[in-house]
Amino acid sequence: MTAPATRETLPQTRSLPLPGFIDGTLLTLLAGAVILWFAPVGMGRYGTYVLSLWLVTSIAVMGLNLTLGYAGLKSLAQAAFMGLGAYLTAILTTKYGVSWYVCFALSGLLTFAVGLVLGFPALRVKAHYLAFVTLAFSTLIWLIMRNEQWLTGGVFGISNINRPDFFGIKLFNALEFHRFVVVITFILAVVLWWMIRSPWGRAFTALRENPIRAASLGVDTRLYTLLAFAIGSAYAGFAGALYAPLVEFIDPSPFSLSQSFFLLLMVVAGGSGYLLGPFIGALLGVVLPEWLRFAGSLYLIIFAAIVMLLLIACPQGMSGLMERAYAKLTGKGAGR
Amino acid sequence: MVEFIAYLIAGIATGAIYALAAIGFTLVWQTSQTINFAQGEFVMLPAILVLLAIKVLGAPVWLGALIGIAAFILIFGVGFKLFVVDPMIRHGVLPLAIATMALSIIMKEGAKDGFSAEAQTFPSFVPSQTIQVFGASISLQHLAIIAVAFAVIFLLQWFVGGTRLGRQMQATAQNPTVARILGIPVERMVLLTFAINAALAVVASVLISPIYLAKFSNGEVIGLFAFIAAIVGGFNQVRGALVGGLIVGIVDSMAAAYVSSSYRLAVPLVLLVVIILLKPEGLMGRKEERRV
Repeated sequence: MTAPATRETLPQTRSLPLPGFIDGTLLTLLAGAVILWFAPVGMGRYGTYVLSLWLVTSIAVMGLNLTLGYAGLKSLAQAAFMGLGAYLTAILTTKYGVSWYVCFALSGLLTFAVGLVLGFPALRVKAHYLAFVTLAFSTLIWLIMRNEQWLTGGVFGISNINRPDFFGIKLFNALEFHRFVVVITFILAVVLWWMIRSPWGRAFTALRENPIRAASLGVDTRLYTLLAFAIGSAYAGFAGALYAPLVEFIDPSPFSLSQSFFLLLMVVAGGSGYLLGPFIGALLGVVLPEWLRFAGSLYLIIFAAIVMLLLIACPQGMSGLMERAYAKLTGKGAGR
Repeated sequence: MVEFIAYLIAGIATGAIYALAAIGFTLVWQTSQTINFAQGEFVMLPAILVLLAIKVLGAPVWLGALIGIAAFILIFGVGFKLFVVDPMIRHGVLPLAIATMALSIIMKEGAKDGFSAEAQTFPSFVPSQTIQVFGASISLQHLAIIAVAFAVIFLLQWFVGGTRLGRQMQATAQNPTVARILGIPVERMVLLTFAINAALAVVASVLISPIYLAKFSNGEVIGLFAFIAAIVGGFNQVRGALVGGLIVGIVDSMAAAYVSSSYRLAVPLVLLVVIILLKPEGLMGRKEERRV
């Protein structure tokens, strides 16, 4: 049994791989979207909310996966970027009545721009300086969220954030908003899928595998890593713009430094460098504790311990484990 | 001026704490390419363990301190090296860095769940009095911190530069392959570095906890400032970490006094960005060469 798309069959001829070419990942995404469209029927408000939260977190983790898994950079500010998007959306929609769609686009643009500004000086030096710059940025954003009461509401946060409507259809209902989230997640995932498969995306992977070799082959490493980081950050901005209307209330706590660490662990748990990894990671990080009704910080300890064990046994995370299991099964079949 | 002196002393005292954490951080970085994102939690936890030993075992303060400190060095010095760094380093530096983040979450949440979510008082070995020097009132605790921290740092400098064992450690950090050829037990030297890192964290923890109280979230700020100190001073030098720590401590203290108490954290962050832009190898650092 061979997958329809093996690495040898991908020619480097066209610069624009049109979606006429379909592979297993895209089919999985499509099937997942269809299932999730219908899944919450009869699940109740809370169950639906958890599923939506899973998808929104997945978007942020997807972006971080691009930064960490494909470009090999440590960003410790993914939650802060998410906060930037969430606060921008919350403030503009509640105080100025700006349309959510505009806020969504602005959130992406703002986080992309901030990503460029932060990444430029750090990546000029050495990749791991980005970790420290984003660490500092994360703390700074958190301070602003907490201290600037006139803008962010301080520790009391911002409440009564409206949900957007879709061509006149109000999305107040949990199920309707969930479907809206499903569609946006699907679109963002496909865009990422397309980006990674494009020659442009393959330069990322080359970078991660061997930066110096990539540079000697003519890849402008600095530009590529910078763009990977900025796009990854923009995904966090998009996630934030969805998070605010989903929860309808935001305060600084979900955007703290610990949350950024937590998002990184989700990338690793799911499998960094696998397109579907973020969904698995966010499932383990967000949905599982809700379903098991685990207390917050105890689950964090267990999750972190599991990730450490995974890192020792299989640094490719759950996706890597599944791949291994699959290879073992098919390998047995071929051996006979 | 009188005020300024008081703030300066306070800044040097907290700076010495950051320097201790930053020195441990650079030592570990040099010998094993480990970026320890749990460094702040390393300074937070010993105080918690000491209090836990006193509370659970009902031991007197000195015995509790001894047990807590020994447990910390064993678990987070030797154990950290053997059970986290060793199995992880073969996968590369990135997974290891992420593992230390996971460790930081475990340490922080563990201290919160296993001990207390509230700040706890920590016994001080000097009275909390102030003395008058040229009209400025200076806390005895700050002076004690400065004295002990500097004594420890000079002891470490002497150990690294002046003893056989210390020079073997230095050789291991600079070039492990050649060190091994020269017959230096490289593995044991790396282990020693981790133990020293834990010991420095213990000193920092015992010094700072009487002032800032022992709380699970203390590590966040200390860790952040230790990283900044290491970068400002220069990643590859103990001396750099010392200078960086003092600068960050003084800047932090002055910012709290003269800028804004709610944005005191922001000023050292600006310092970090300026250093990265203007002198990325740090004030005392040398440029590192890239190797293929």
